[in-house]
Amino acid sequence: MTTVLVLTALAIFVTMALALVRALKGPSVFDRIVAVNVIGTKTVLIVALITAISGNDDLIDVALVYALINFIAIVAVLKLSRMRDLAASGEGDITDG
Amino acid sequence: MVETMLTAVSGVFLLAGGLFGIMGGIGPLRFPDFYTRLHAAGITDTLCAFLIIVGLVIQAGLALVSIKLMLILVFMVFTAPTASHALARAGMAAGDDPGTLEGEPAPVAPLDSSGEPSSNS
Amino acid sequence: MRYLFSLAVVLSLLWLGMSGVYKPLMYILGAGSVVFVVWMSRRMDVVGVEHNPVLYSWRLPIYWLWLLWEIVKSNIEVSRAALWPGKLVRPRVLKVPMSLGSAVGKVTYANSITLTPGTVTLLLEDDHLEVHALLESSAASLESGDMEAKIAWLENHK
Repeated sequence: MTTVLVLTALAIFVTMALALVRALKGPSVFDRIVAVNVIGTKTVLIVALITAISGNDDLIDVALVYALINFIAIVAVLKLSRMRDLAASGEGDITDG
Repeated sequence: MVETMLTAVSGVFLLAGGLFGIMGGIGPLRFPDFYTRLHAAGITDTLCAFLIIVGLVIQAGLALVSIKLMLILVFMVFTAPTASHALARAGMAAGDDPGTLEGEPAPVAPLDSSGEPSSNS
Repeated sequence: MRYLFSLAVVLSLLWLGMSGVYKPLMYILGAGSVVFVVWMSRRMDVVGVEHNPVLYSWRLPIYWLWLLWEIVKSNIEVSRAALWPGKLVRPRVLKVPMSLGSAVGKVTYANSITLTPGTVTLLLEDDHLEVHALLESSAASLESGDMEAKIAWLENHK
């Protein structure tokens, strides 16, 4: 069973490497954010798999919190790239409406 | 007997999840523009995450870990479309043209055609 | 009041599922955090708007199973397109008319469309959606209006 878990983890690492290539190539800033979003989702799955491989159940809380932080981080980065200021609001704000 | 079958099923789920994950990695590399790459990234958010987490839940059985794994899945299912939509909207707001409206299929652009968005928006 | 009570029940279940340490002190701390969060939610005036009773209908699990099947199908399509992008990728923007009445129905529709790979909602208006579709097949399944019919069915349960 551990073999299957490790194989799955390896597949996820390959995915992260491919997403990293896209993040480096760009060309626009949003392509990079898409790639970072993919890497974040994969990180949650990797942590969940490591929990199963190591048998240390406490690690699952890390995955749970990372799943939430990842979403907040993506929206914050998008807002930062759009408004140049996290506290700004007004015309063209993506977090509004 | 049941044990063996559950192990086999969860193994199939995990490996299929990994396979879909790699597809979701290849997609953003090969698709022509930003909006199409968004679709490919959606594979990793939905089916890949679902298969891997369900595989792990089958292995863990009835335990506290299973509840937390299901919670991770619920969070992902609720946040993934919001993040995708925010990305698409941010792309549109920056003036990246998503293609033709209600018309002919947009021509598939060559790989590196979309330039940097204007930074003073 | 009903909404506050249901929020408290959901939060207590969440706390019980996450804690794993069942001792009297922990119960007191958990109850304290539940009360604090409910009080904060009331102060922020966020309770009630998103807690629509339709969300607790017995039809919801059936809808989720149907949506899961749609997601599986479109995932396979998009994975095939990832391997042969030149042959299959036909991106375009569609305008999808929508006759759903309630705000929750509209948001459910838009979110379900985005959750299905191959289609992303760009704009949500009162009577239509603008959707970016990746493949011929994803555009066709959207234009058939199956998903809207399902959500109308989901909402009509009272």
